[in-house]
Order: sequence, then structure tokens, then C-alpha cells
Amino acid sequence: MKKTLFDKIWEQHIVDKVDGGRDILYIDKHFIHEVTSPQAFTGLEKRGLEIFRKNKIVATADHNVPTLNQHLPITEPLSRTQVNTLIENCEKNGLELYGLGHQYQGIVHVIGPELGITKPGMTIVCGDSHTSTHGAFGSIAFGIGTSQVEQVMATQCLLLNRPKRMRITIDGELQNGVLSKDIILYILSKLTASGGTGHFIEYAGSTIRSLSMEARMTICNMSIEMGARGGLIAPDEKTFEYIKGRKFAPQGEIFDKAVEYWKTLYTDEGAEFDKKYHFEAEDIEPMVTYGTNPGMGIKITDSIPAPDASVGIQSYEKALKYMDFEKGNSLIGKKVNYVFIGSCTNSRIEDLRLVADFVKGKSKADNVNVWIVPGSKLVEKQAKEEGLDKIFQAAGFELREPGCSACLGMNEDKIPKGEYCISTSNRNFEGRQGQGARTILASPLMAAATAVTGKIVDVRTLL
Amino acid sequence: MEKFETLITTAIPLPMEDVDTDQIIPARFLKATTREGFGDNLFRDWRFEQNNVTKKEFVLNNPIYEGKILVAGKNFGCGSSREHAAWALFDYGFRVVVSSFFADIFKGNALNNGLLPITVSPEFLHELFSCVEKNPQTELIVDLEAQRIAILDNGKHEHFEIDSYKKMCLLNGYDDIDYLLSKKDKIEAFEKTQVIF
Repeated sequence: MKKTLFDKIWEQHIVDKVDGGRDILYIDKHFIHEVTSPQAFTGLEKRGLEIFRKNKIVATADHNVPTLNQHLPITEPLSRTQVNTLIENCEKNGLELYGLGHQYQGIVHVIGPELGITKPGMTIVCGDSHTSTHGAFGSIAFGIGTSQVEQVMATQCLLLNRPKRMRITIDGELQNGVLSKDIILYILSKLTASGGTGHFIEYAGSTIRSLSMEARMTICNMSIEMGARGGLIAPDEKTFEYIKGRKFAPQGEIFDKAVEYWKTLYTDEGAEFDKKYHFEAEDIEPMVTYGTNPGMGIKITDSIPAPDASVGIQSYEKALKYMDFEKGNSLIGKKVNYVFIGSCTNSRIEDLRLVADFVKGKSKADNVNVWIVPGSKLVEKQAKEEGLDKIFQAAGFELREPGCSACLGMNEDKIPKGEYCISTSNRNFEGRQGQGARTILASPLMAAATAVTGKIVDVRTLL
Repeated sequence: MEKFETLITTAIPLPMEDVDTDQIIPARFLKATTREGFGDNLFRDWRFEQNNVTKKEFVLNNPIYEGKILVAGKNFGCGSSREHAAWALFDYGFRVVVSSFFADIFKGNALNNGLLPITVSPEFLHELFSCVEKNPQTELIVDLEAQRIAILDNGKHEHFEIDSYKKMCLLNGYDDIDYLLSKKDKIEAFEKTQVIF
């Protein structure tokens, strides 16, 4: 029987099948953070249950933390309470916590891979929809709700219906100035914000193979924006090379054995998918979004389209009104006062290097505030070791401390009402970056170019 | 979890598509460490201006509409996995959300909290919107046992799908942990067979 990569991993994790079509799926790694875990801990306590497998949980504080002065106590009382609750819960239950001040603290989907915790063939969950990021390593990784966080804490398992399979193939060579963020925004513009619902996506093709692990993570990260349960990419030499030597990666002979196993993780020739799409890399340009969901994106040289059947007219009109854009507008030349480079989508060392390389010798436009928020303490440290902080400083870009920051505006990092922000994050929903804030999603290069010119620009004209 | 019982109630129409969970409950309200009280901030920024003045045009602020069923456009609950969205809807008083399809994570979260997501055909959704908007007193009946949603006035109805396990859970007020705990032996046996790197 020919199988997809997804089915191979899923079937290896079925503990039992339940009448009514659900599987009991075993979870190999469970990441938790301060926002979606407190009610799960309380739930367990109420039931008088212990955590079933403590060594399979890793905790960090990211969503709610300040990105300035992290050595000081958190000033915002509710955030402080939530972060402290996580500390207490981890202490009480004997869980590993990379909290504020820890050398490994950072955005949960950045630290998992960089510490070598994320590995091919695993099942990984977290109370966060962008858990799909970890799929870049050939694992089944997906976001869950707090009730499910409690279930995994209690039993290391979930009761799930197996999703359908989708394959998205991208072949060919990318144009200069086009990044993996543009690939996923392009796919989203074609498939819409609901095009992946009910499916688990495998990304394949020569373009995907040519991407670094960081770039692959950006693509898998935004699978959820199509409504997909998750996205994954078959592991290859790049994957093994990335994992090798990392803190929690298997070492020596065990690593070699692991690689032997990881090499069996691919989709068999002729395995069936429920849906298949194919795109050509050369058709992809730098992308920007114009609306209030990530599927409302255009190539930078295109103008805002009329609504089609995929977007309801009411939603379309509401979105354009919120963004203060009109049908037929081009975004080129639009003045933007805020630039956010960060989030679990684009805050890794490679993203920071790309931005630094572009802005070296340039400086930001006077009207623009630029925040660069590294994905983790390790990314921050490496950026400083490589001297990127000096380049940012010279350009007037503010390098902050790690956290989710202005991606969702839970901490103080908010975009003011009515202001536009070009953002390397993953969601342009109404109010996502602050009440009334207007988000334009783009790649780190497009964001850097906008920071330098003070208005939206096609980065290719500056390369 | 509360048992789900047959419901006869009016409904509130929200004919907007791709309603994301950031709208249902904005991130700044996720700082609580308990499950209670999220209803106050349900659709906060659609219900209120920044200065807390009520936005009269939003349907939840329109006194002619009330009821325990929210009827919404397709892809309801997309975006963030925050279960707070399901808690907020339930806490506000909703027991059913009807749409032509739901985002996966939201649907799972709703089912885990006794909030029934009913997927209907686009045609029946259209029928619901037009009946409720024409006559806000229109009552709907939701019979989970029979997997049937009907419009009382005109008798139009549709069968809906739900897997038999989740149906049993909702009807009895069981949740997944109860079931998973009963399988501990199998889980432990499974762990012994696993090769981990």
C-alpha cells in the first residue's frame, strides 16, 4: 500500500481506534506557554490528576512578555500574573521551563527547532495554531485548544479524526528578492483563507527542496492561515544537517540511527492525495496583503482586485473599509509609519541576516518606527555575535528582546489606531496588532525596504 | 461539561464570512487564568468603540435579535487556536453556532465545551439568514439526537453530520479526558513499543 508521509507518521502514533471514526493519537512532544495553559493546569487539579509524562512537556513564556527590560519584573499586572502562574505551575509539576531570563527563552516555535527538540517523524502539539511550523522537519505538528492541552497533560494522547491529505508542489527557481514568505502568501492568495480546511498539507517540489530549514518553517507556519490542520515537508539532508549537534538532538551513533529512520519518512511514489495543487516559482513576486485575512494578498505589481466568489461581498467591503483601501489601488507608494520584523513566521537568524544585509549602509526613513524582535535569546545572542545589532542601530532599527510582541499585541508592543504596519508576522486580522491597527503582511526584505523608503516599495527595484 | 438538550430558540444572524477568533475574543482579553467571564468581551471591538461606546449597528447590540443560536457565514472561527473563543460564545449564552463550514480547531474547541457547531449547506444557511432577518422572532429547533435543525415557521429542515463519539459526549456531558483515562493501559502498552530518537 502506497502511503503519504503524513499517513506514515499518523499510523505510527495510533494507540487505538474509537467507534465513530476517531483515533487515539500519541503525542511525542507538548510545548506549553503562559496564555493557553493556566486553565488546563486548573482542570487537572480539579480532577485530582497528575501530569502523565513530565519529560514530554517543554514550557516557555512568549505571548505576553515585554520586549524591553526583560530583566525587570513585568509591569503590566495581568501579564505578570499569567507569566507567574506558568512559573508556579511548572515548579509545582516539575516541568522544564525556559522562562524570562533563561538562555533558551523565546517564541515556542522558534526554540523547539533551534534546540533540536523538534525532529522528523514526531507528533507535536501546542496550544497555539502556529505549531504547524514544526512540520518543516517532517513531523505532524498542529495547534490545539486548552481542553486538549489538558488531555495531553493527563494522557499524552488526543482523540482525533484523521484529516484529509493535500499536496502543494512548487517547482522552479525563485526570482531575486522573492522569499519563502512570498511563496506562502502567494499560495494563500490562490487558495484563500479557507482553502486548506480539513486537510493536512505536504509541500513538495524542487523549490521547496532548495529552501533552507528557516525558510521551510516560514511556509509550514502559515499553513493554518489556509485553515489547514498543519503542513509538513519530507526531511532531507538539509534537515539532518540542521538538527545535528543541537542541544537536544541525538548524538553520535544514535544520531546515525535516527537519520537512518528519518530517511524512510517520505511519500511513496503514487500515494494518493485528496487534493493536489501545482505552482511555478517564477510566477511568484514579492507579495503584500491588502485586506483583513492572510488570503487577501496580491503581487506587489498588482492592484487590489474586485471581490470574487471566494470572498463574501460583505467581508470584502468591511475589510477594505477597515484598511482604507479601494478596489484598483496599488499599494506601491503607500506611506507606512510602522515596520515590525519578528514573530514565529520570520524572526530567525536567517531573517535577521537578510534584513541586516539589505540595510547595511542605509538608514530608515524619518517617518518610520522599526522594531526587530528576535525569535529567541539564542537568535538575539547570535545576531549580536555577528554584529547585526550594530548594523540595525546604525540604520535606526530598534532591536528588542524575544517574544511574540506586535504579532498579536498582547504585550505593550501595539500599533496605534489607524496606522499602517508592514509586518513579517502571519495575521492581518482587524485589531490584531492593536485596536484599529492596519496590518500589511510581507516578507522581511519587503519590510526592510519599506523601512528605508518610508513607503511600500517593490524591493526588487532596490536590489 | 453541560449535557446538550434539544433547543428551541430564536437566532442571531452574522452574515459575515471568515470570522476569525481574534474578532470573537481579542488577544488583550486572553490574560485571564480562569475560564469564566469571557462573554463580556465577546466580539468586543465589533460591539464597542475604543471609548466603550456601544456600536449600535452591530447585530449583538440590536435588541430585536436574541437567542441561543448564532448563524454565521462560512469559515467561522478561523485563525488562532484560542479556546477562549468557544468559552466567550458559551458564556454569552450561545449553545449552537450554525455555518456552512467551520475552521477545524474552533470546531474541536466548541465540541469540547458543549457548544454545538452545526454545518449546513450554503442553501440552508441562506434560508436561515433570510428567515431570521425577515422575522427576528423566527424560532429554530435543534435536535442533536436526530441530528436535525429545522425552522419552526415553515418546517424547512436539514440533517447535519456529527461523529457518533462526539454526539454521545455532548448528549451525556462527557469529555475526552474521561474516555482517554479509561484507555491508560493501552497508552502505556503503546509507549513500550515506541522507538524514540
